[in-house]
Amino acid sequence: MNSVGEACTELKREYDTCFNRWFAEKFLKGDRSGDPCTESFRKYQRCVQAAIKEKEIPIDGVDFMGPNKDNDRR
Amino acid sequence: MVSPCRVNQGNNGEIFLLCRSAKKHLGPSLCCFLATISQPLQVSNHVLTEDIIFREVTPTNCLISRRLLTKTSRAPRWMERYLPKHMASSAYIIEDSIVDPQKRTMTTLTWNISHARLMSVEERCHYRINPENGSWTEIKREAWVSSNVYGLSRAIQEFGLARFKTGVTKTMKGFEYVLAKMQGETPSRTLAETATERARETALAAKEKAKDLASHAQKKQYV
Repeated sequence: MNSVGEACTELKREYDTCFNRWFAEKFLKGDRSGDPCTESFRKYQRCVQAAIKEKEIPIDGVDFMGPNKDNDRR
Repeated sequence: MVSPCRVNQGNNGEIFLLCRSAKKHLGPSLCCFLATISQPLQVSNHVLTEDIIFREVTPTNCLISRRLLTKTSRAPRWMERYLPKHMASSAYIIEDSIVDPQKRTMTTLTWNISHARLMSVEERCHYRINPENGSWTEIKREAWVSSNVYGLSRAIQEFGLARFKTGVTKTMKGFEYVLAKMQGETPSRTLAETATERARETALAAKEKAKDLASHAQKKQYV
C-alpha cells in the first residue's frame, strides 16, 4: 500500500516492516523493552506530515477517538 | 478448511462478526490487527493510500494509533448532481485504534474527514475473544450515518447505511482472505450464504429507498 506522499512510500515500508516485527514478537507477548522503530518512524513521519500539509488534508483538531462522543450509547 | 466468519445482528442493529482465529497462539488481537491493516489490500481496490500519522504506547501499555486513508470517491449518479463540480475525487478517512494486549481487545473508530457535510459516516468496532468460545474472535460493529444537506438527509442516510451493510460482506471477505493466507491456505471464494444473502437484500432495499426519497425530495423543491 502506498503512502499519501509519493516520496514517502519507501520510508513507510521500512517503518511497517520494523513495526510488524516488534508488534508480533515483543508488544503482544508483553515484552516492554524498548521500541526499535523510533528512528524509522521519525524519518517516515517527517516525510508524510509534510505531504499532508502540502495537500491540505484536514487532519487537525480532532481528539483521539474524539468525533461525536455522544454516539456512545453505553 | 477456510476459517469462516459468521454474521449475527444484535438487538440494537449492531452487527457482530464471529471469526475463528487462524492459529491459537496468535490470539484475536494480532489476528484482527493484521486482518484490519491488510484488509484494504485484499478486497477493496478503492483504497489508494494508507499512512500511520500518530502512534504511541500508553502508560498502561496499550498501543494507540491514528491512520489516514485515501479512497476513490464513489457517489451514485443521483447524488452527483448535488455535488459541486470541483469536489475532490478523493475521500479522506481517519481511523483511530487502541490495542490492549493484556485484555486481548482492540477498538477502532473510523470516520470521513472529506465530504463530511454531504454525508458523515462513523464506524466503531470492538474486537475481543468470544466469551463462549476462546478460539473465536468477536467483532462488534456499529455505524452512524448523518447528512446536513437540506431535503436530502434521509436519502443520504439510507444510502450510507446500504453501503455499510454491503461493506459487512466485504469485511468478511477480507477477514476470510487474510485468515486463510495466515493458515497457509488458498483463500476460498465462498462466503457464509446467509450473510451474503441478507446483506445483499438489505442493501438493495435500502438503495431503492434512497433513490425514492431523493426523487421525492427533488419534486418537492419545485412545488
